[in-house]
Amino acid sequence: MNEYNFAYLDEQTKRMIRRAILKGLAVPGYQVPFASREMPMPYGWGTGGVQVSAATLTPDDTFKVIDQGADDTTNAVSIRKFFENTAGVATTEETKKATVIQTRHRIPEAKLTEDQILVYQVPIPEPLRFLEPRETETRKMHSLEEYGLMHVKLYEDISQHGAISTSYSYPVKVSDRYVMDPSPIPKFDNPKLEMDAIQLFGAGREQRIYAVPPHTKVVSLDFEDYPFEASKADHPCDLCGAEDSYLDEVIMDDAGSRMFVCSDTDYCRSRREAGHQGPMTREDAA
Amino acid sequence: MYVAVKGGEKAIENAHAWLAEERRGDTDIADLSIAQIREQLSLAVNRVMAEGSLYDPDLAALAIKQARGDLIEAIFLIRAYRTTLPRFGYSNPVKTGDMACDRRVSATFKDAPGGQVLGPTFDYTHRLLDFKLAADGEVAPAPEGDARQEPTPHITSFLKGEGVIQDEPLSEDAPGDLTREPMEFPSNRPLRLQALTRGDEGFVLGMAYSTQRGYARNHAFVGELRIGKVAVEMDIPELGFAIEIGEVELTECETVNQFQGSKTEPPQFTRGYGLVFGQSERKAISMALVDRALRWKELGEDNLGAAAQDEEFVLSHADNIQATGFLEHIKLPHYVDFQSELELVRKLRREAEERITPKEAAE
Repeated sequence: MNEYNFAYLDEQTKRMIRRAILKGLAVPGYQVPFASREMPMPYGWGTGGVQVSAATLTPDDTFKVIDQGADDTTNAVSIRKFFENTAGVATTEETKKATVIQTRHRIPEAKLTEDQILVYQVPIPEPLRFLEPRETETRKMHSLEEYGLMHVKLYEDISQHGAISTSYSYPVKVSDRYVMDPSPIPKFDNPKLEMDAIQLFGAGREQRIYAVPPHTKVVSLDFEDYPFEASKADHPCDLCGAEDSYLDEVIMDDAGSRMFVCSDTDYCRSRREAGHQGPMTREDAA
Repeated sequence: MYVAVKGGEKAIENAHAWLAEERRGDTDIADLSIAQIREQLSLAVNRVMAEGSLYDPDLAALAIKQARGDLIEAIFLIRAYRTTLPRFGYSNPVKTGDMACDRRVSATFKDAPGGQVLGPTFDYTHRLLDFKLAADGEVAPAPEGDARQEPTPHITSFLKGEGVIQDEPLSEDAPGDLTREPMEFPSNRPLRLQALTRGDEGFVLGMAYSTQRGYARNHAFVGELRIGKVAVEMDIPELGFAIEIGEVELTECETVNQFQGSKTEPPQFTRGYGLVFGQSERKAISMALVDRALRWKELGEDNLGAAAQDEEFVLSHADNIQATGFLEHIKLPHYVDFQSELELVRKLRREAEERITPKEAAE
């Protein structure tokens, strides 16, 4: 594929995307419209993240791609391969070694550093979209900082269910100004949105880029008497014993028995390599 | 023991190999050539060029072959290729009045300068399967007449003199470019037309049909439908004048719509406009109807709340590459989100049960 430019996109397009990224970093949480390109993978499959990564990567970068926290899920494999072919960058599965990490639906468990960029794939960038389908209206609401509708929604959740019934894509307020959709990460990941690394969000089909600069205040929306709670399965990882990582539930057999395992495959593997064991890997496991 | 969904890379490679084999089909059957597709499936080629926004019959034919005849997949291939092409500049507006028409019909006048030219149309064929074609595809040459040499004026130009049709003043403003600027609402007519001409034929047809059935009905007549080739000219700065760089086949449709007049406009006929690559007349007529429906604000008409009047609704959902990508992405793993929903539902159920079960019974 060497007939294509470095990282597939032409330099002018990358410059246009970088401008949108810089604007996004200057106005944290604000959705910057950008002239998203058609990519050789389908809309809805990470084209926004891919364009942001393409505009961010340099030949010296080390790239990691995860989907659902895992490096070996099919679409993560496909995107990693795309950049191996078109940019020739080094790739890794180790969170610590990566300089640019593209992710879908998770924030890695390992603490990210100032030297890293986390690129999110975003399906629907507008946190107010399912309350108001019109872009013309939601843009107005953001510009007037009119977020009453969102609070009413959360309140109605509580009055109906006794709890806020949003478990992923949980809305946050960035830098005391914009309400932002953190992409469909589980709300367990929300506290990690305040981090040392740069966070860039790309929505290709919806033509929006937004960003959270390092050390930026990110607050998950809640009420004083119903504070935000980051939840996960009440279980340690069956393989590495981690109590602090987000878990996937895996069905083991026809009888429906379950096991719980870290969704972040690199985190789980590095813990096991360091000698940690879970209920199913311990020598004395029954 | 736990077996993770490993080996994604190998699985993908194998899937691709199988796909290639399926695409080829039975190897005892001759391989389909690009030229065969281009020449014998030309309306499919036209659709791929129109919705792919790239006029290149050979590439469109290749895309159809590669996509196993899935036209939306073929359009996707063309779009993805198109984005990699550098932009040298923009052509001058094509002059459809100078079109060498293969077909030109008007539903509003029995005859007009240039005449009614049926051209190669399905319109009056009886839709009976031609079993002879299964055995032998050869045809006798069609009779030929003398080609018209002079330009064929647009039908609407005859109405214009009388003032009964709304004037569309020429504009020297460069239109926006849908593929280079993000779509923002409210949009404008040039961008709407760009979105419609590359929009999904089925979607645009459905929207147009809805206006005919009464959802913002606008009483359209096909003032004129013409199909033919036009020259594409471009200004070359070094030369200081425009030169012809090629020609494209286009379908153009102008509808003439009844209009009772509004607060701002006197009673007169109004127009809808459709222009599509290739021979794509269903699409061109549909486009013209939807264009007209979307012009309600400019003409001072009432918003009837119909889908076809709703610019944001129509333009946000007309693109089949966006639509199919997002629709099909729900095949991707979502188990992280699903897991968090599972936890939530379990928690809510637990709490609900605690509320329902009386304390005494629980003891």
